[in-house]
Amino acid sequence: MASIVHRSGRARLGRAGRRTARDSRAAARDAAVAARPRFRFADLVDETLAGVFARPARAALTTLGTVLGIASLVATLGISRTAGSQIVGRFDELAATQVTVAARTTGSGSSQRAAALLPWDVESRIDRLNGVVASGAVAEVNNPGTVRTVPLRDPENVTERLVPVYASSVGLLEAVRGEISVGRWFDSGHVERRDRVAVIGADVAAQFGIDRLDAQPGIFIGDELFTVIGILDAAARDEGLVSSIVVPYTSAQDRLEVTRPERVVIETDIGAAQLIAEQAPIALAPNGAEALKVTAPRDPTRTKNAVQDDVNQLFLLLGLISLVVGAIGIANVTLVTVMERTGEIGLRRALGASRRHIAMQFLSESMAMGLVGGIIGATVGIITIVSVAGSRQWTPVLDLWLPLAAPVAGALVGLVAGLYPSIRAARMEPVDALRAGT
Amino acid sequence: MTAVDADPTPVEVPGDHQDEPTPVVLLDQVCRVFPTEPPVEALRSIELRVDSSEYVAIIGPSGSGKSTLLNVLGLLDRPTSGRYLLDGIDTAELGDAARAAERGRRIGFVFQSFHLLSYRTVEENVGLSELYLGTNRKDRRRRATEALDRVGLSHRLGFEPIRLSGGERQRVAIARALLGEPSLLLCDEPTGNLDTANTESVLDLFDELREQGLTILVITHDSEVAERAQRRVRMVDGRLTEVV
Repeated sequence: MASIVHRSGRARLGRAGRRTARDSRAAARDAAVAARPRFRFADLVDETLAGVFARPARAALTTLGTVLGIASLVATLGISRTAGSQIVGRFDELAATQVTVAARTTGSGSSQRAAALLPWDVESRIDRLNGVVASGAVAEVNNPGTVRTVPLRDPENVTERLVPVYASSVGLLEAVRGEISVGRWFDSGHVERRDRVAVIGADVAAQFGIDRLDAQPGIFIGDELFTVIGILDAAARDEGLVSSIVVPYTSAQDRLEVTRPERVVIETDIGAAQLIAEQAPIALAPNGAEALKVTAPRDPTRTKNAVQDDVNQLFLLLGLISLVVGAIGIANVTLVTVMERTGEIGLRRALGASRRHIAMQFLSESMAMGLVGGIIGATVGIITIVSVAGSRQWTPVLDLWLPLAAPVAGALVGLVAGLYPSIRAARMEPVDALRAGT
Repeated sequence: MTAVDADPTPVEVPGDHQDEPTPVVLLDQVCRVFPTEPPVEALRSIELRVDSSEYVAIIGPSGSGKSTLLNVLGLLDRPTSGRYLLDGIDTAELGDAARAAERGRRIGFVFQSFHLLSYRTVEENVGLSELYLGTNRKDRRRRATEALDRVGLSHRLGFEPIRLSGGERQRVAIARALLGEPSLLLCDEPTGNLDTANTESVLDLFDELREQGLTILVITHDSEVAERAQRRVRMVDGRLTEVV
């Protein structure tokens, strides 16, 4: 009774010339086997952009969470890196290239302050180590007595003062980055001849009214007369030398009861300090290296990392939290969008979209929002870094990977956030979707 | 999501001869039962053959199963039992993705509520129809323009649907359905939201399309719409009867 088989196709074949191909089975099979529909990438991009920009205000608000998250992450990493480099930069100039080896002081109350371990000929032992720029040994003279000048021209100017006196090897000047303004530093000839010469600090020279050396002024240290051959203007590593008198260690041994150096100052190449700190004690005292006390700068990377860790952790946490909040925002809005576009989903299914096509579209929409959030966030973060660095007069330092990784991170956030809504969209039955959304 | 997508193979049509044309639609004892409590038999042993270039109206009261039939015909729903051959292809053999593909390739839908995307232009809405067929953008635009020309709307290419009248919107939807050269135009109350004048223009368009050889199947309440079809079938309680 309900069997209706109406045949009228043949009569109309002529008019439906275009359709006759369809009427052959072979053609039907060919058509069916023909290229499985695919969703071109360019089309996916088009659909995504159209979908996102259909509601621009909503998209902008949605990306805000990701923008904040990415911006705070980028800014945190960048600022801590900038601050870290700044601190390391200050260290670099002097401290990072200085190694000091000192003899451990023996028990308290002993007049002999240093254990008799360090040699005087440090230049020949240390300077051949790879990475050493200069080295010199120094010892303070104990109880040198008062220092006075020879009352040659200006009897009024005769004064007696207590001035620290140091015995040193030739290399000290360079090792402490000393500068001679007048005259000269003593050389190995003075040392070998055990000449009684002295280099006086600029402060001492001012105190005694010595400003010219052409008359070879003399100076008494205790009862011993020394000829002043130079005035030390500055010593970057040992400012105290500018207020002291330095004599060659040989004459100090002869006249001032000095025996052994107290410490050895070494200037190294940048980055070599750690290595030299290990090697120098052995070079100086092969049999008693462990009794020496080595002072070397902290490992610069460790300093930097320590600073960064302190600054980073809190802000990284905040950044991650805002990123999660951003992801939830995207997920939420995408889910609302999916519900609102139920009719569209039904239509697209009717037009031949598979479940995968639907999932792809919503995934790429949420990814696009994350990506845009990442790009804007990276930009905001970098501007923040530059502003902070500028206000503190720091040099902004930024890892190159950071501005590149930020948009990727944003896209990933969007991808993860879009998973659930996309699956919801893909699972909708086309019949229900078409009925629900008009 | 990757169901068994066996190659759809045209099968032997009962009582068909080699030189006879393959019907566009052939339903053989098709039933659709909704597993509610109690179960609803929406389609009961439907037999229907629609040949190429036919214009068929399905009439009947609401709840009679018209929409279910349309969903089955449009590959949006699967019959519980029976066979459905579309262009000679047994649709039961198709997996989910293959059904979507065949739907896109062989069927054009026209809905009562138009289902146009408000945020896309008229041309983009029409082009959407071939989006999932993988044709390139340039061809798609050209064909969308042609299809709009066919429904007399070539002057509305860049418009947004909201600026069109109801009749124009439905003609855009018909242009969309025409894209991709479907075997079957499935229309669900196509004039349900239109006034008399617009209804008239849409029906005239259907006449033209049929003249051009398109196979059209319309579900309608409207007796005027049904009158324009060359053949009418009535659905009552899930059963189909021919109206002579």
